[in-house]
Amino acid sequence: MNETVEDGAVSGLVAVRGVDKVFKRGSEEIHVLGGLDLDIPEGEFLALMGPSGSGKSTLLNLIGGLDRPSQGTIEVADERIDNLSNRKLAAWRARHIGLVFQFYNLMPVLSARRNVELPLLLTHLSRSERRKRAEIALDIVGLSHRMSHFPRTLSGGEQQRVGIARAIVTDPTLLLCDEPTGDLDRTSSGEILDLLQALNREQGKTIVMVTHDMHAAERASRTLFLDKGRLSLEPSV
Amino acid sequence: MKYALLVWSNLKRKKTRTVLTVLSILVAFLLFGLLGAIRQSFSQGVDVAGVDRLIVRHKVTLAQLLPSAYEARIEQITGVEEAVAQTWFGGIYQKPSNFFAQLPVEPAEFLDMYPEILLSDEERDTWLRTRTGAIAGRSIAERFGWSIGDRIPINATIWTRKDGSQTWDFELVGIYDGAKKGTDETQFLFHYDYFDEGRRFGQGMIGWYVVRIADPERAAEVSAMIDSEFANSPTETKSEPEGAFLQAFANQIGDVGFIMTSIVAAVFFTILLVAGNTMAYAVRERTNELAVLKAIGFTDRGVLGLVLAESFVLVIIGGGAGLALAWLLVSLGDPTNGMLPSYFIPTRDMVIGVVLIFVMAFVAGILPAVQAGRLRVADALRR
Repeated sequence: MNETVEDGAVSGLVAVRGVDKVFKRGSEEIHVLGGLDLDIPEGEFLALMGPSGSGKSTLLNLIGGLDRPSQGTIEVADERIDNLSNRKLAAWRARHIGLVFQFYNLMPVLSARRNVELPLLLTHLSRSERRKRAEIALDIVGLSHRMSHFPRTLSGGEQQRVGIARAIVTDPTLLLCDEPTGDLDRTSSGEILDLLQALNREQGKTIVMVTHDMHAAERASRTLFLDKGRLSLEPSV
Repeated sequence: MKYALLVWSNLKRKKTRTVLTVLSILVAFLLFGLLGAIRQSFSQGVDVAGVDRLIVRHKVTLAQLLPSAYEARIEQITGVEEAVAQTWFGGIYQKPSNFFAQLPVEPAEFLDMYPEILLSDEERDTWLRTRTGAIAGRSIAERFGWSIGDRIPINATIWTRKDGSQTWDFELVGIYDGAKKGTDETQFLFHYDYFDEGRRFGQGMIGWYVVRIADPERAAEVSAMIDSEFANSPTETKSEPEGAFLQAFANQIGDVGFIMTSIVAAVFFTILLVAGNTMAYAVRERTNELAVLKAIGFTDRGVLGLVLAESFVLVIIGGGAGLALAWLLVSLGDPTNGMLPSYFIPTRDMVIGVVLIFVMAFVAGILPAVQAGRLRVADALRR
């Protein structure tokens, strides 16, 4: 079914097997993904491309445990996540997943540092330890001088850096980025992609990035194309 | 505690809306406290009424008098220990708005009947031997700046003197305190003999009797015996426990408790809708942020708890401030200059107020909180 992908793929950090995803809109059933298989090795920087509505974000949500497949299995770091309870899935996300959104999704009422600290509230770390880790994460993304600033006082690129700092502060197994440069100008996009690339190369972070931008996808170590619920190595014509 | 900043920051997001909601809640609980104090004042004495005391009055109305000769007959009835006569004087001190109760009584028997009225031995002795002597409650004495030895002229509205004058002069010989919170400290008490001999009409008649009985359990039985003693006479009686009498007295202007409860219920219902609406809006406009919290690992219950915590903080601040303000205002004293004796918020009402704070916080917040808890992350992130 996804022969082009399976050829030469090695069993890795993420294993998606025979995944279907069907959305119901009233009486109508919309098949977004059909029998999809995918392996993502540890340390890979994978770009997912495809037209709007092709199921890229849906696949990302399934891998991140934000949604459940209608059929099939998903394993991340040898743990099946498609059959976990809501509570266990939430705990799993907190431990394994870092999410970067297109529109940053920062809490406007919290400073940059407090935003980055948010995922750490779910840990048993002390206040000072949480603060220290948030400061380190902001330092990694080059925003140590903007810690006390609120999102509205930061540029789009800076807000996305805060978003990335929030995603990496718990040292997650997997970094999932949904159009991370979709709302940014070319310069800021370049900076964000540099940062993601550095996280992948220097810190070994496994990254899955959904993007429409071919320039962004070029930064990844592998690019897959998703169309009509199927993956391929080449864009469909 | 680590989530406190998150909860507080969310409440500060729309400062005007939060402040207005808190003020609405504050006003509701302020009203609750003030009305509680007024209700307490109207039912003054009911809570501290002696369980061993009956009130015997004219069967038709309190305004009609009873013969003073009934006292001896009442005291003969099995189960009765003592009977003391009282009469409504209804005079005016300086101006009509200076309202307070003035009662001609038999001093020794009266003090014996009401041990909650505390008077020093010296003042008691002086009162017993001073024919024109009067005692006043601490509250009324402080209100008019009276001190012992003052001459207090009271203008009669009912009881004209034999010489045709309306003015009755009294010498203040004692100031009493109440032994219990709620004891009426606004009464002005003077000798029945001085009153009876000085009045132009009604000699030998009194307003009502206070009767102490040996066994409170037999109150109904003794009441029936007293009433049957005077049945088919020109002045039949109606006897009832002191608490019931005082309640009926308060109810002359309506069921104050019911009126107050109705007002408070209406106000609380409205404020509940205001607080609930605030919380619903707060959740609706933050759907995306709540979804992000879930995406980064907050559980359904965790998000539910955060929203509910906001509701609790909102209502606790507003309700707590409202109750505190009510307590402060009430502690400044009766705003009507004596129309509301024993004006205070009963402890029971304060406890009910605190319980209501928690109930309102829960009810206002639970639906939006459940809605937030049930949010589907992937769907909400797309909005």
